[in-house]
Amino acid sequence: MTGDAPDVRHPLLVMRGIEKTYPGVRALRGVDLQLRAGEVLALVGENGAGKSTLIKILGGALRFDAGSIEIGGRPVHFRGPLAAQQAGISIIYQEFNLVPALTARENIFLGREPRRFSWLPIAQERRRSRELFQRIGVAIDPETPCRDLTVAEQQVVEIAKALSQQARVVVMDEPSAALSPRETEHLFAVIRELKSQGIGVIYISHRLSEVFEIADRVMVLRDGAHVGMRPIGELSRDRIIEMMVGRTLDTEFPKQAARIGPPRLVVNDLRRGRAVRGVSFEVRRGEVVTLTGLVGAGRTETARLIFGADRRDGGTIALDGRTLRLSSPRDAIAAGICLLTEDRKSQGLVLSRSVQENFSLPNMNRFAPWGLLRARRECAALESFVNPLQIKLTGRKQAAATLSGGNQQKIVLAKWLARDAEVVIFDEPTRGIDVGAKYEIYLLINRLAAQGKAVLMISSELPEVLGMGDRILVMHDGRITGEIADVAGATQEQIMELAVR
Amino acid sequence: MKRLLSEYGSVLVLLALCAYYSAVTVGPYHPVSPGAGRKLARTILDDCGAGAQVLIAIRKTAGDRRFAEAIRQELETHGGNVVQTVEGSAAEVRQALETIAQSGARLQAVATHHPGSEWGPLREQRLAEWGQRFPGLQGLRVYKPRSYPWPSFFTRQNLLNVVNQNAAVAIIAIGMTMVIITAGIDLSVGSLLALSAVLTAVSIQTWGGGAGAGTPAILACCLLGVGVCGLCGAFSGVMVTYFRVPAFIVTLSLMMLARGLAFIIAVRYQSWLAGGTTEGTPEAVRVEAPSFVTLGNGSLVGIPNPVWLMVLLYILAHVVMTRTSLGRYIYAVGGNAEAARLSGVPVFGVLILVYALCGVLTGLSGIVDASRFSGGRPSAGNMYELQVIAAVVVGGTSLAGGEGRIFGTLIGALIIAVIQNGLNMAGVTSYEQMVVFGLLILLAVLLDQLKKHTWRRRG
Repeated sequence: MTGDAPDVRHPLLVMRGIEKTYPGVRALRGVDLQLRAGEVLALVGENGAGKSTLIKILGGALRFDAGSIEIGGRPVHFRGPLAAQQAGISIIYQEFNLVPALTARENIFLGREPRRFSWLPIAQERRRSRELFQRIGVAIDPETPCRDLTVAEQQVVEIAKALSQQARVVVMDEPSAALSPRETEHLFAVIRELKSQGIGVIYISHRLSEVFEIADRVMVLRDGAHVGMRPIGELSRDRIIEMMVGRTLDTEFPKQAARIGPPRLVVNDLRRGRAVRGVSFEVRRGEVVTLTGLVGAGRTETARLIFGADRRDGGTIALDGRTLRLSSPRDAIAAGICLLTEDRKSQGLVLSRSVQENFSLPNMNRFAPWGLLRARRECAALESFVNPLQIKLTGRKQAAATLSGGNQQKIVLAKWLARDAEVVIFDEPTRGIDVGAKYEIYLLINRLAAQGKAVLMISSELPEVLGMGDRILVMHDGRITGEIADVAGATQEQIMELAVR
Repeated sequence: MKRLLSEYGSVLVLLALCAYYSAVTVGPYHPVSPGAGRKLARTILDDCGAGAQVLIAIRKTAGDRRFAEAIRQELETHGGNVVQTVEGSAAEVRQALETIAQSGARLQAVATHHPGSEWGPLREQRLAEWGQRFPGLQGLRVYKPRSYPWPSFFTRQNLLNVVNQNAAVAIIAIGMTMVIITAGIDLSVGSLLALSAVLTAVSIQTWGGGAGAGTPAILACCLLGVGVCGLCGAFSGVMVTYFRVPAFIVTLSLMMLARGLAFIIAVRYQSWLAGGTTEGTPEAVRVEAPSFVTLGNGSLVGIPNPVWLMVLLYILAHVVMTRTSLGRYIYAVGGNAEAARLSGVPVFGVLILVYALCGVLTGLSGIVDASRFSGGRPSAGNMYELQVIAAVVVGGTSLAGGEGRIFGTLIGALIIAVIQNGLNMAGVTSYEQMVVFGLLILLAVLLDQLKKHTWRRRG
């Protein structure tokens, strides 16, 4: 069905017709996957397409409803993660499973200490870890506590752990998400090393450029179904995006300039400690201002000050010519400012509560005028966002924690859109979400601008900063170091120049 | 099915407990109800014919009087005749029988209940003697309603008692549920209950007018007790929010503070009563005002007042938690305080209000307690905080915050009450009961963890 030429090599791993249904959602609909020894298979798809579910099934963390798994031609049944590990499958999740206080060596051999009471074979373990690191081609002292290692090094420890368990299949879930470009290069070197040793690697990533660099074949999932599995040479970037979203995207950034009016949000000499040191700018009616800079430049801190989330040392904030007295987010919301935080899990949502409750939280003045909730009103308001934003829910009462990342982001969006605020601040709105959802968020920003709102978007992705802003602000070390009004003529280099000054 | 079990598991546990205790406490039951009385009257009429001459013998209680009245009505509507109704005990019945016999009147039947049939003059062999001595009493028979096996646990009286005795704990548990949902804890409730009881009692005795206190004065004094507890709660809330002191520590210190104050006030009052010459003793501050005492001991349509108050407050709290913005805010603050704040929830305000509400409800329980015991006891509510927390936890509220239900807490409180009652009936000592409750709490938390575990596995 995928048009692959029959391969002489025996597939290392075969998953056939995997089906998985959660209450109300068909997460996987008969997915097939083949992995050969010594190849890198990139697994791509939008958030909620079923990648995580498939990987959890492979790792023995989830049961599946139908289908089969074969390793080296022999059918296997995993009763739990341990069984999968013993069968040679190692999964490196985004959140590492390392104990920070233990050393690299101790983490590698964790759980495999000798059963009977005896001295630990420390010397032997140390020798083995050195061998492993050597095999991967990295120099890490096995006796360093993991908390002192960089994220990239911790990843290497995870890989070493996988190798020490005689892994034949290594799955990496978004391994480059927290790495710098140089570290990513190094990771690729490690992956190539694994390949040469006949290990099959499944690589999950949203970054298509990486996929083109490292993958031999690409498998695309959409809505829990298998869309295609092709050698990388047969695919283009646009073609993959098309397969992922199921339609063609004209451009990556659908920027539509709205009519820009007088200033709405005016921030003057905003200050807080060392993080924000005298920030002044304005956002006009119908304008999208993108705020960028390196991590730690004070962008998020500035947004939080405007939103009243932190106490400011000085400075004024005015909306439509009126100076605002903000001492809490509640004040800011009432004044017509809303902030979509960067970290939706810890700041955007109350995960244990239902979608409906999360949606209604900032809108109580509408849904509970005298403190008494109008169930029909709040239900109707949520319904009016479910279809336009394409939020996939099993019901209003579904706990927010059970939604996929993209859908969680959409719930956060919906609850703020329902406020109909005048100033909308987005903090990294597209981080960690897939191409299709990104596109939808861009369209939404356009719509807000067209309605005459003032939009401030914080982003680290320079193409996005250039593609979506009417004006660009660059921050460095708590100050605004540059403003670019001529976005069309601006370059990424120009922005970086300002960001490191 | 699985969902049903996890949602209503505690209800099933409660029902199972009731069923178990019912099965264990089955014994002969001797009805003394109006219904039993009517049935008894018909039996007498069947045996003795329409002109039956009957004596009714009962004890001096309200229930017995209703029983006697039912017999009389039923007999008279069908042509029977009640010669006399005797209230009291064996001596009164003997006297009545002698008077009737000496007057030469004829008597065919004595209608009474099981306790009455045990009285000397109505025993089998004595009846024969009566017949020999007086011709009018020949063939005299004693009738009583038929006894049948029935669980002594599952009687209206016992069940009402169980609930009534635990109403104070259940009322405080409402406030505690809210506090725990915000991921907090309040250890001061037991002591605040005592403070409220003592303050109310002392103020009624000193300013309210003592035994002759009028209703408005009593209301004002109750308001004082409740208000002080509310302020104490608000104080805890302020410390927890603005001063970032852990709730455990604030309420622990308030627990000792309030208990100490309750004793100090009680002792000073006793000393003042004695004219200031002695040091005073930490005994209850007696309140004689009848309207205050009926608050906690009276009943309405057969259901004790504290139970009414409890039910009313539970309904109110359920509405608040499910149908108001305050309820939503409480859950949100407990689930993720930062996300709630960034969504415009006045987190500090909500927290202070929740602690204050817990204080107010505790104050109300203090008044219920003082009224039931006709006085403010400075030692009242000892260890209540643990009972209350146990009820909340058994009711399924997570100590981690963000989850829990008012209805669940009611079931939790009832489960604990029923177990306690059952253990009392079985003669288990109070320290052995502590072991049982310790295990119960452990089990409840364990079940909660298991439930969460399966939920995470599915998600």
